[in-house]
Amino acid sequence: MGKKFVGEPIPRVEDHRLITGRSQYVDDIVRPRMVYAAILRSIYAHARLKAVNVEKARQAPGVIAVFTGADVREAIGPVPVASRLPDLKIPKHPVLALEKVHYVGEPIAVVVAGDRYLARDAVDMIEVEYEPLEAVVDPERAIAEGAPIVHEEFGTNVAFVWRLSGGDIERAFREADVVVSQRMVNQRLIPVAMEPRGVVAEYLPGEGQLTVWTSTQIPHLLRTQLATMLGLAENRLRVIAPEVGGGFGSKLNVYAEEALVGYLAMRLGRPVKWIETRRENFLSTTHGRGQIAEVEAAVKRDGTVLGLRYKIIQDLGAYHQLLTPAIPTLTGLMATGPYKIPNLHVQIVGAFTNKMATDAYRGAGRPEATYWLERMMDRIAGELGLDPVQVRMRNFPQPEEFPFPTASGLAYDSGNYHQALRRAMELVGYEKLRQEQQQLRQQGRYLGIGISTYVEICALGPSPALPAGGWESATVRVEPTGKVTVLTGASPHGQGQETAFAQIVADELGVELADVRVIHGDTAIVQYGIGTFGSRATAVGGTAVYGALQKVKEKATHLAAHLLGEENVANVAFEDGHFFLKDNPERRMTFHEVALAAYLAKNLPPGVEPGLEATYFFEPSNFTFPFGAHIAVVEVDPETGDVQFRRYVAVDDCGRVLNPLLVDGQVHGGIVQSLGQALLEEAVYDESGQLVTGELTEYAIPKATDVPWLETDRTETPSPVNPLGIKGVGEAGTIAATPAIVNAVLDALAPFGVQHLDMPLRPEKIWRAIRGA
Amino acid sequence: MGRTIEVTINGLLYRHDVEPRLLLVHYLRDVIGLTGTHIGCETSLCGACTVLFNGAAVKSCTLFAVQADGAEITTIEGLAENGQLHPIQEGFWMKHGLQCGYCTPGMILAAHQLLSRSPDPSEEEIRRGIEGNLCRCTGYQHIIEAIRYAAEKIRVTREGGARSK
Repeated sequence: MGKKFVGEPIPRVEDHRLITGRSQYVDDIVRPRMVYAAILRSIYAHARLKAVNVEKARQAPGVIAVFTGADVREAIGPVPVASRLPDLKIPKHPVLALEKVHYVGEPIAVVVAGDRYLARDAVDMIEVEYEPLEAVVDPERAIAEGAPIVHEEFGTNVAFVWRLSGGDIERAFREADVVVSQRMVNQRLIPVAMEPRGVVAEYLPGEGQLTVWTSTQIPHLLRTQLATMLGLAENRLRVIAPEVGGGFGSKLNVYAEEALVGYLAMRLGRPVKWIETRRENFLSTTHGRGQIAEVEAAVKRDGTVLGLRYKIIQDLGAYHQLLTPAIPTLTGLMATGPYKIPNLHVQIVGAFTNKMATDAYRGAGRPEATYWLERMMDRIAGELGLDPVQVRMRNFPQPEEFPFPTASGLAYDSGNYHQALRRAMELVGYEKLRQEQQQLRQQGRYLGIGISTYVEICALGPSPALPAGGWESATVRVEPTGKVTVLTGASPHGQGQETAFAQIVADELGVELADVRVIHGDTAIVQYGIGTFGSRATAVGGTAVYGALQKVKEKATHLAAHLLGEENVANVAFEDGHFFLKDNPERRMTFHEVALAAYLAKNLPPGVEPGLEATYFFEPSNFTFPFGAHIAVVEVDPETGDVQFRRYVAVDDCGRVLNPLLVDGQVHGGIVQSLGQALLEEAVYDESGQLVTGELTEYAIPKATDVPWLETDRTETPSPVNPLGIKGVGEAGTIAATPAIVNAVLDALAPFGVQHLDMPLRPEKIWRAIRGA
Repeated sequence: MGRTIEVTINGLLYRHDVEPRLLLVHYLRDVIGLTGTHIGCETSLCGACTVLFNGAAVKSCTLFAVQADGAEITTIEGLAENGQLHPIQEGFWMKHGLQCGYCTPGMILAAHQLLSRSPDPSEEEIRRGIEGNLCRCTGYQHIIEAIRYAAEKIRVTREGGARSK
């Protein structure tokens, strides 16, 4: 056998352009005669727009045009929401505000000028007359009687009530020895991709084609939606996601600015660029999380959990963005986590508030589910006087119970939850740590050990479960010289699929990595695809590549048999880039020779088309369910409330691993985003709806000095859902780590009688809790 | 128009008339066309715009172009010599020190300053040395390994060079 690439820690093929400064992000794109847009945004959270006077701005130096909501209302359709829940209230969402503004940062007018400085100068010259209205910021207040109403036409701030039941929840509580309850908050977060959003649009009047370069995770889905918003034929619209500087769900959307800039380019007949400032990114790119939950667990004295009841309020913000209402339903689906809990009831109330919309943020509903449940497991252990490990082990399903049906109606594909937790305990030295914890407590030192065992729903997903289809596409094109071009419908933006997919191709076709080029993110080049989110790009998109490769190999084998004069195709083998006869291996041809013959087409078998390429659309039969166990060890300083990490151990099972370097990178990044939520980050709006944490000065994302050394390990349980056995890994760290860290801090605080604290666990909050004890 | 400035960028001397309010980062990106230097916040907090300014790592979003008059600037495009990657670039590649790549040029130049001041930094020193540069993708661990790789590579190259003399 020759060289194998799958499974090896191959450095990324995409890196060279990135480390030499030669990649092209949206703001790096320059078009002839390009002009710049800047946007005036609301400074009030809730107000009537009495007047928007743009005359001075129109006269300002360098200004080419100014448009308000009234100017574009006929030309540009509303910002879309794809989720459809029963009785969902959908407010009108114009790209520029009309009669009212509903959150600070809502776009009101757009200026186009010859350079970006002049455009911003002119924005300041627009005079807006507001009639301020009382804002509603707190989602619990929003759904209470007498709250200000965000959208008057509904007469309520309740956008939806969604319920999910399984088993017999009443019976579970009747049969319980103990009921453990906890109210908890999953605070609002701001994704903060390092590259803010940005759009460049150019209209070619001769072709009648609009090209939109935008920092997005979903170029094809965006194209369909933009075509509708702009009234363009979809085949006259080309969306290009160039290099994208991080997304984390915040670019899994259709934004007002994407349609607006496209419109401006057509209307003005010049290419237009708009680049979001970081301040705008905080105000008007989707936020994440924002759930409040009251959870009740019905438990037996031995730790068996009979049932769970959740009452959840989701802070939606003022409008629905693309998937806003769907995100908390993922929390509901995953509400029993990695445990055999047969009875479940979930109620989720979606509340409009005068804030930016929440939507997908790395994990999207699943970190919330894992956080609620993993906090509950520790609360249960505390109430019953059991070790947190014991409670978890008692409730795990056995490996032979997979596919494992949940009370929420899912079927977990494969798993061995005991093994992952045991491995994490071994690595961290759990028993010894517990002893050390006891000794340290006697010296007035507070060590905390926090466990999180998780399962996530990934490889989104079967098409019936997603608004726009859950398949993925790939074309594998073997060029006449034997080079291989892959067109993937996934849209990676840092995850490394140019490398991972090239590894699959190299192994399947026996070519070198350097012979493979993976192209993505251009709707004029790549066949329709779904995009990159929900830990799906490799599990679904990689499988599509694999499927297309099988079709290519089948055709090439057929052709090779013909060229080798062999009537029995089954007698032709393909290994290490060579076709040969099994019973006469001397009779052989290289893959390159077969590829060239396919194009020269001088000697093809009857009925065989020239060329050598195949397209495959992979529809998964189920989601995949990665899982694992994380253990955080911290020490809390009782004098200051400061949290110091001692250890962090992560054992993740993402199914088959294509490239361990990439998997580690995903896990590290996810854990650190979790650490941000657990200890540092919180989007804070004041009572009037001003975003207090509206810049990196006030919103702390983790720095290198905030992060401990992460010890990662894996178990590898292949998924039966796809032929490569991949489960996915993009969100695992973010889903697992938050409760591990919070559980560790609260474990450290146990001697003070502190049962729960809401995130972020900053020193002051911990210090006050210790003092209050 | 504004003032005339002369700036050496990646070894080439440029002379331009610039508006006094033009930020150095916009000068590098929009006037010179070196778009490897990125803008992540415009408030000097994220470090994506870090360049070497007379050898020191500075955030080019909070300097005016006119302040660079007479300065020598190195951007990410100027780090590789004769097509040979700098050991820090190589370290980021080999150790998977980047994902989306947006913070990477600034991070590499911050690491450059760190290694010029401390050729064999500990993990703690590396963390402090890149504290002013934010990365949302990697969790920093592979960046630390990348910088260690570079430190080692530079050390071996120097010693090898010394021996061959």
